Amino acid sequence: MPLGLLKYGFRNKYRGQRYFPAEAPLRPSYDVVIIGGGGHGLACAYYLARDWGITNVAVLEKGWLASGNTARNTTIIRSNYLTPEGALFYEESLELYRSLANELGVNLMYSERGHLTLAHTDAAIRTSRWRAEVNKHLGIDSELIGPDEIARLCPQLDLSDEVRYPILGALYHPPGAIARHDAVAWGYARGAMELGVEIHQQTEVTGIEVRNGRLAGLETNRGTVAAGKVLQAVAGMSSVVARMAGFKLPIRSIPLQACVSEPLKPFLDPIIVSGSLHAYISQSARGELVMGGSTDPYPLYSTRSTLDFTEGLMAHMLELFPFLGKASVMRQWAGIADMTPDFSPVMGLTPVKNYYVDAGWGTWGFKATPVSGKRMAETIATGEVPELLKPFELERFYRLQQVGERGAASVGH
Amino acid sequence: MKVINCPLNGPRNAQEFICGGEVKLPPAPDTTGRGPDVRQWADYIFLEENLQGVVCEWWCHVASGYWFIAERDTASDTFLRSYTCQEWFGQAAPGDSAQ
Ligand SMILES: Cc1cc2nc3c(=O)[nH]c(=O)nc-3n(C[C@H](O)[C@H](O)[C@H](O)COP(=O)(O)OP(=O)(O)OC[C@H]3O[C@@H](n4cnc5c(N)ncnc54)[C@H](O)[C@@H]3O)c2cc1C
Repeated sequence: MPLGLLKYGFRNKYRGQRYFPAEAPLRPSYDVVIIGGGGHGLACAYYLARDWGITNVAVLEKGWLASGNTARNTTIIRSNYLTPEGALFYEESLELYRSLANELGVNLMYSERGHLTLAHTDAAIRTSRWRAEVNKHLGIDSELIGPDEIARLCPQLDLSDEVRYPILGALYHPPGAIARHDAVAWGYARGAMELGVEIHQQTEVTGIEVRNGRLAGLETNRGTVAAGKVLQAVAGMSSVVARMAGFKLPIRSIPLQACVSEPLKPFLDPIIVSGSLHAYISQSARGELVMGGSTDPYPLYSTRSTLDFTEGLMAHMLELFPFLGKASVMRQWAGIADMTPDFSPVMGLTPVKNYYVDAGWGTWGFKATPVSGKRMAETIATGEVPELLKPFELERFYRLQQVGERGAASVGH
Repeated sequence: MKVINCPLNGPRNAQEFICGGEVKLPPAPDTTGRGPDVRQWADYIFLEENLQGVVCEWWCHVASGYWFIAERDTASDTFLRSYTCQEWFGQAAPGDSAQ
């Protein structure tokens, strides 16, 4: 080894740096405990510390940091939803995302690609126009475009009418983006830890004690933990954890699968979604084509992959991009999505006092990581649900006021 | 490929079926004259047990339009047993919790 290199190695000035501060031992009590160390739980912890000075906080994660849906999603970020409530909520998340890399000091590889939702039927054209108009009214960049404009943005698409479902138009959303999911989680985790938050991996909540309708404490595989307030942010396990606290949720846990191709030269700039064909695709910075569709046909807590999924997906993908017949699929996986009947999240208060919920993120929650973290932190700190979250409370199901986003979220995520 | 046992058609490819959700018993009809209890109905329509383990669900064999009840394990993805409605509802006394 060259001597010069050794010299650098031993100099104090160039000491190795930990990415995360060292983990602290689990203490018997915290002001706030967050169940679930995915993007949502970590973001909430970060904003609790940054915005509200609440730093006596522990995030309890049963596995490894952000090993749930945060690690499994296809990272589409957009705000062109159908309802004003939804569109405004996701738009705030996009605003937060745009400055997040600087704020956290992490390269999130946030990449605005433009997002095209293809329409193959008159009905789909109508919904696209409806979405575009709602979006524009709220100041969101979104418009209905025809085949010429589609061909300009994505010349690789088969726009001929010699296919089963010819492409008639598309909803175009220029701010549509992808990002590096792990970096988002790690950035929030490190930011939170630097402000004093503790993150405990391999720490599973196994029971929730409720006395007279109030949160009394938590059981974990590492002993009991007392907490002033608790947030559950456990995605696919939402119903299982809520049951520990004694209530039910309007959620079915259904696997969502995805896959990537071998890395190819960069050729696909925009994110392409087809609701009618149940398929979407984008190309990552590494060149892999990231592909997915709609959820599995029935509820399940197993993350197995199926051939049914890849076969069905590829049949449709080849209709959009026939030349992909030559590319091979490299990896396939599944995450357990917490699906609500209206394709909108469940956030806010629960029947248990001092116990909060952030769930129902289904197939669309990665893009909401910053806004849900920030606004759930506000909810926990103030005890009041902010206006932005009110439409998404569990109570909406009793008021019979669902926030119907099926058309905008079922395949587009 | 997954195979589901249909009480009418025998073992068939899973792609021929759709899942109709948990078997739940609806709230008792309103006899007070004050109209239905919205909270009870919202519970019935929207809330789910969503169990990790053995569940009882409505399934439909689409090609024949035949509805039946199947027991399966949502942790291991195995179909355990299928019942005709007569069999299943014959077992549970009216008013029993259907879960
Ligand atoms: C294949 C796929 C593709 C997707 N694509 C997109 C997309 O393109 N765009 C988009 O916006 N969204 C997408 N989503 C959805 C998105 O991934 C999720 O909604 C989001 O990541 C949820 O984040 P979370 O932090 O709530 O959950 P998670 O990241 O799942 O974190 C929850 C954590 O809770 C932990 N946990 C569970 N039970 C316990 C317990 N008892 N004690 C302690 N810890 C516990 C889990 O281990 C897990 O780490 C996709 C999802 C999947 C599966």
